[in-house]
Amino acid sequence: MKLTRDQLAARVARDIPDGAYVNLGIGLPTLVANHLPADREIVLQSENGILGMGPIAPKGSEDYDLINAGKQPVTMRPGAAFFHHADSFAMMRGGHLDICVLGAFQVSANGDLANWRTGASDAIPAVGGAMDLAIGAKQVFVMMEHETSSGESKLVNSCAYPLTGIGCVVRVYTDLAVIDVTPSGFIAREWVDGLSFEELARRTAAPLQRD
Amino acid sequence: MIDKVFSTPQQALADVGDGSTVLISGFGTAGIPSILIDSLIEQGARDLTVVNNNAGNGDSGLAALLKTGRVRKIICSFPRQVDSHVFDSLYRSGKIELELVPQGNLAERIRAGGAGIGAFYTPTAFGTELAKGKESRQIDGRNYILEHPIRGDVALVKALKGDRWGNLLYRMTARNFGPVMATAARCTIAQVDEVVPLGSLDPECIVTPGIFVKRVVAVGNMRGLTA
Repeated sequence: MKLTRDQLAARVARDIPDGAYVNLGIGLPTLVANHLPADREIVLQSENGILGMGPIAPKGSEDYDLINAGKQPVTMRPGAAFFHHADSFAMMRGGHLDICVLGAFQVSANGDLANWRTGASDAIPAVGGAMDLAIGAKQVFVMMEHETSSGESKLVNSCAYPLTGIGCVVRVYTDLAVIDVTPSGFIAREWVDGLSFEELARRTAAPLQRD
Repeated sequence: MIDKVFSTPQQALADVGDGSTVLISGFGTAGIPSILIDSLIEQGARDLTVVNNNAGNGDSGLAALLKTGRVRKIICSFPRQVDSHVFDSLYRSGKIELELVPQGNLAERIRAGGAGIGAFYTPTAFGTELAKGKESRQIDGRNYILEHPIRGDVALVKALKGDRWGNLLYRMTARNFGPVMATAARCTIAQVDEVVPLGSLDPECIVTPGIFVKRVVAVGNMRGLTA
């Protein structure tokens, strides 16, 4: 019943329009790149200084001067451009990126995002570009499993984990549903076959409305 | 005549003092000026504050510098990586101070340092624990926090080509923090694969104009290396 990681990535990719400038966060969101429709021209930005990033470099032709935000060797598309870090983050903060897709630990009903640390006492904190992306892109999509491995909803009334950004998420794609974050809270736009709206609402730890 | 070319990295780094703030280019291993870092280790300056996006990979380059115990503090955005074991153990044993800065604020603080900006308001990190203790302000309905510039005593930067005036070209994503850091230190030292004759770099393509660079050292082909 749940979407696989690739089905989820394909679902997100369907909503990225022709001509969009997009940043895909590290982890699950990078899979979206494999599902972008071939008939759309979509420009991928990488925080470390690429617009027009192509797929992962094939084995044998890796060049470690050409890497993505996850430090994997990648390729570039015709028309690609390189730039330095201050320009890269001006693209985010300045509102030039159309969409970013981020992973998350939790999203709250008012669009708060928690995705950079769990607050575990022995963990070493690392934030990278997450906070800049969260407040910078015109639209922030979150892509995540609906529930944790122990079955707790990752959609919540209020995030228990340290925040990455406040009120920044507009839409959440989970392995169960597509849910918009609106001024009146979460609204489910679609859910997987075999799942009732009532069951989805029961597995969501914040009030859920339907279209 | 202006000639910023030094014949060895040892000469270029000879006067780095104890207590210096050292800006080091690189994102992961791309753009890490590993030859200059090795020379800094050899040179022996201690009580350093290092600014880099990360906190070292594996056991070479920046990780090797941290391992000497001569870095008091690191300012970075993403210290934890699969191969950051040198930093991890220093941090867990309380032997290094960490100032964690969101990546874009880090880049902009360095940019501000190089551009003579006193401080600036940024929306990034507002309302998060990384904004604690920082002044905030609403401007045109949006919330911002006040961030201050970062300047270095020294910047160590990796570039592809340079000339005797200090003009620099970079290579692909090894550019990353290099051009910004080059502007923000009293003494910017560039490690380049090759020093080319003055006038041979296309003025339309020079990324860092020589005014920002004090010293240039040619180190041979360092393209696409992992460290």
